[in-house]
Amino acid sequence: MNLTLKIWRQKNADAKGGMETYKVENISPDSSFLEMLDILNDQLINEGKEPVAFDHDCREGICGMCSLQINGQPHGPGRGITTCQLHMRKFRDGDTIYIEPFRAKAFPVIKDLVVDRTSFDRIQHAGGYISVNTSGNTQDANAIPIEKHNADKAFDAATCIGCGACVAACKNASAMLFTSAKVSQFALLPQGRVEATERVLNMVKQMDLEGFGNCSNTGACELECPKGISLENIARMNREYLKASVK
Amino acid sequence: MSGIIKSSIARKVSMGLSALFLLIFLLQHLIVNFSSVLSAEMFNEFSHFMGTNPLVQFVLQPILIFGVVFHFVMGFILEIRNNRARDVKYVQYKGSANSSWMSRNMIYSGIVILAFLGLHFYDFWFPEIGYKYIHFLPEDPNRYYGELVEKFHDPIRVILYCLAFVFLALHLLHGFSSSFQSVGFNNKYSPAVHKTGKVYAILIPLGFVFIALFHYFNSL
Amino acid sequence: MATVDSKIPQGPLADKWTNYKNNIRLVNPANKRKIDVIIVGTGLAGGSAAATLAELGYNVKAFCYQDSPRRAHSIAAQGGINAAKNYQGDGDSVYRLFYDTIKGGDYRSREANVYRLAEVSANIIDQCVAQGVPFARDYGGLLDNRSFGGVLVSRTFYAKGQTGQQLLLGAYSAMNRQIAKGKITMYNRHEMLDVVVVDGKARGIIARNLITGEIERHSAHAVVIASGGYGNVFFLSTNAMGSNATAAWKIHKRGAYFANPCYTQIHPTCIPVHGDQQSKLTLMSESLRNDGRIWVPKKLEDAKAVREGKLSPTDIAEEDRDYYLERRYPSFGNLVPRDVASRAAKERCDAGFGIINNSTNEGVFLDFSSAIERYGKEQAHIHGIHNPSKEKIIQLGEEVVASKYGNLFDMYQQITDDNPYKTPMKIYPAVHYTMGGIWVDYNLMTTVPGLYAIGEANFSDHGANRLGASALMQGLADGYFVLPYTIGDYLADDIRTGPIPTDTPEFDAAEKNVTDSIERLINNNGKHSVDYFHKKLGLIMWNKVGMARNAKGLSEAIHEIAELREQFWKEVKVPGTANEFNQELEKAGRVADFLELGELFARDALERNESCGGHYREEYQTEEGEAKRDDENYTYVAAWEYTGKPSEAILHKEDLKFENVELKTRSYK
Repeated sequence: MNLTLKIWRQKNADAKGGMETYKVENISPDSSFLEMLDILNDQLINEGKEPVAFDHDCREGICGMCSLQINGQPHGPGRGITTCQLHMRKFRDGDTIYIEPFRAKAFPVIKDLVVDRTSFDRIQHAGGYISVNTSGNTQDANAIPIEKHNADKAFDAATCIGCGACVAACKNASAMLFTSAKVSQFALLPQGRVEATERVLNMVKQMDLEGFGNCSNTGACELECPKGISLENIARMNREYLKASVK
Repeated sequence: MSGIIKSSIARKVSMGLSALFLLIFLLQHLIVNFSSVLSAEMFNEFSHFMGTNPLVQFVLQPILIFGVVFHFVMGFILEIRNNRARDVKYVQYKGSANSSWMSRNMIYSGIVILAFLGLHFYDFWFPEIGYKYIHFLPEDPNRYYGELVEKFHDPIRVILYCLAFVFLALHLLHGFSSSFQSVGFNNKYSPAVHKTGKVYAILIPLGFVFIALFHYFNSL
Repeated sequence: MATVDSKIPQGPLADKWTNYKNNIRLVNPANKRKIDVIIVGTGLAGGSAAATLAELGYNVKAFCYQDSPRRAHSIAAQGGINAAKNYQGDGDSVYRLFYDTIKGGDYRSREANVYRLAEVSANIIDQCVAQGVPFARDYGGLLDNRSFGGVLVSRTFYAKGQTGQQLLLGAYSAMNRQIAKGKITMYNRHEMLDVVVVDGKARGIIARNLITGEIERHSAHAVVIASGGYGNVFFLSTNAMGSNATAAWKIHKRGAYFANPCYTQIHPTCIPVHGDQQSKLTLMSESLRNDGRIWVPKKLEDAKAVREGKLSPTDIAEEDRDYYLERRYPSFGNLVPRDVASRAAKERCDAGFGIINNSTNEGVFLDFSSAIERYGKEQAHIHGIHNPSKEKIIQLGEEVVASKYGNLFDMYQQITDDNPYKTPMKIYPAVHYTMGGIWVDYNLMTTVPGLYAIGEANFSDHGANRLGASALMQGLADGYFVLPYTIGDYLADDIRTGPIPTDTPEFDAAEKNVTDSIERLINNNGKHSVDYFHKKLGLIMWNKVGMARNAKGLSEAIHEIAELREQFWKEVKVPGTANEFNQELEKAGRVADFLELGELFARDALERNESCGGHYREEYQTEEGEAKRDDENYTYVAAWEYTGKPSEAILHKEDLKFENVELKTRSYK
């Protein structure tokens, strides 16, 4: 496959960026999207140019590091996959592909396609945990039975990989799906209920401080989420927040 | 108010609640208006009641006005904030891949509705307020039907009226179920809410359009 | 001079850890506040250690190269975590878990460490549940278990196919709580490039801020390395792209011994290499071998026709298929341990029966058609369908298989564009885990005082082969329950030391060492990219130090790696500058270390004249081609001391004493 790539290049956080055009040739349709970028980078290095910086790590769709907006969609076309799980056979020979970083005020660009997502970490610091010491002197794991339905729902919420596709897809750059996934996971478990009030208030407060937008229920986050985290979690967070506010 | 402005979820919930309130109002408004199709007397009776009942005039009407103003003001505030949340825009943004046109353009359908409200106030509400509370003209329980019908003689106005309701339909197609989600309602009944929302979003504006066309064609 | 004293406590096996804990020195809470600990790596081991030490009161500085601790590669573990809970009442016990682990490791691990691991395993589950880790549950609301290869009980706890993710996020949440309290200072996007040793003790590290390129000095009273394994020395592996051995290798160069580098686990069920453009391999869970049958064509011409695309595997008649695992190992069949399954696949492909159309032809079939048919018939029976059509059976069978492995099948289809319901999966072994690592004593301390290694980074518990679902167990055991005790015993001496200054000659020297090598890479102006060398190294490793090794190949590999290293330093090209976000520079530093480690790896493999677990020497096999251990001469841990050239490292032997189990030959016939 031969392709034209339009890629966002930006030297560093303070520099002004812009789109640049590159050509790659002889790409195997079996290659992954990131392998295609590896080839581009090898080409750039051999030409004495600076390779394109992009985040990636596990390349099997679980670490959440890869974060590219491809042709206007986070993680490119296709549902339920991360950028590293996108394969070139999804494109056609001769295509022009736009590659941009995930855009949000709370995700400032570090370089080229690499963005700073520590705002997500700070939301977790605000309450994404259960306050239990790791001493091992807790009660037996089976001491509190948990309804399977709730355990499964908590798991579904907990599969969030923190990639930021929800924010990138949202027209408002809202982080509600991300935040609600953690709030939901703990709200559904008896261990997490104890500090549910504090948690939801603090996490939402931090989410707002980071400069994410407001949710307007377009549902883009749910569809673009590589793990299919449901909007149900946002509704649950709204309820939890209301409950906590009147407490 | 400052608390509502400060938290994103409070803003969202208040937006949803005001929307739910307006949904009920719309339904009530349609029922009253629809009576004009059935009989002039019925319409006059309804209108006279609504126009003179102190509870409606001095309690419900201010609440409604507050709800409408709140919904619009908050809508604009949210739009501005949401715009700021993405300071550098995408070169390519394919919103159609993951969301409906309606959901992404609530602000535009809202602005059209706001413009229509301006016209609507100009046509009905201002004259009504002037009639009752400025000029203190004597109440005539049979004047309403005539006032209504008269407005639908002008084809331009009827076209604008119909167009506005198309936008209201678009607004409601997303807004109905969205307001439920906003107040935290998402469970096994949600698919039913979605379906009801679609029906509501089409039938209500269609009803208003029907009334307008009915009176227009009657006047020919 | 450091020695290899494993410091195993006296007393009966079952009492060692308890006695040890009762007799170590403690640090009072007020004094803990005066003590700093550096932790490099924030996966299961590092993350859990950071959280626990911070809870205890130490000031923790944690470092990871990723943008968040949540991305460490522990997250990719699929299957589960073992624990001797015996919730199923199937006869499990601490001793059985201990025994299975020792046996699974082919009798090359330390009894006392493994027993301790089995002992604390149950606590891990309690701890994780308390943290909100959503393990799978049954309808009674209690925890569910599954069974894994190599054992006879169900002791594996799991969260669908994402157990590693859930456990890591649990540790990450415990860290977050301490970060919020200010007890952990988190350094994301930082890479440790050297350890600073002052008066013989580890007292700090030199790290590079990967965003700004700034070289930073960080001091502490103890340093913990939890940076994972070195599987990426093979270039292609199931490790993350960034997984590296730099922290481990740097401390090796500063005096920490490196143990058993040749023990590498090659996982049998991975998606085969598709071509030269490939950057990484993807694992397909071991659980697939429960229902999938592994085969290659019986006839060479069929294999050739399959490769050329002229013959579809589904057209090969049953009698023309060689289900080689079932043929060779009738009692375990397709469920033999990982090392055995991997070698058998290689044997067939080497004999010319490989079915992949690429330069190596390396691939075999993993076929679900029998399972689909079996389940289909079963379902037809359940639903009372008499004389079901073949289509109906297949449809019903596919539904069952989809419910069990649907997400894995989707993943496979996503990557290969083949539908595994209709045509057999193609699989081949790939590098997955490294049992070897930094040598540590019972305290998890390396040969440098105050320097610890935990998790996959150390060599401690898996011997020559790791059992499935044991890696997560070891990482969390080390971090939550072992290190917090053992490090206290050491730090008790440091309560009066006060803050460690960083403006000392030792820090100056270490920083200079780091900046010099960065300068050298940046200014080298060679002609090949870093990947060029990494791929070459990977090929040498895979071909000569891979699944089957021999003395000749290993000697060649040692030589070739040394040559490649020399070429690397002459010809590598690193674009950009040192003072910016520079991913090529990061890679260059890591590959430079792999180029040294690879040589030691080959040396260790050459030295070990036996076959055991993941280490298979062609010269040492039984008549049937099975691994042949030499317990008389090789029941030891090979701990290597760095001397300047990896192949000239000095070998120190730690003899393994088995007082509680009898050494036996593993047989799966």
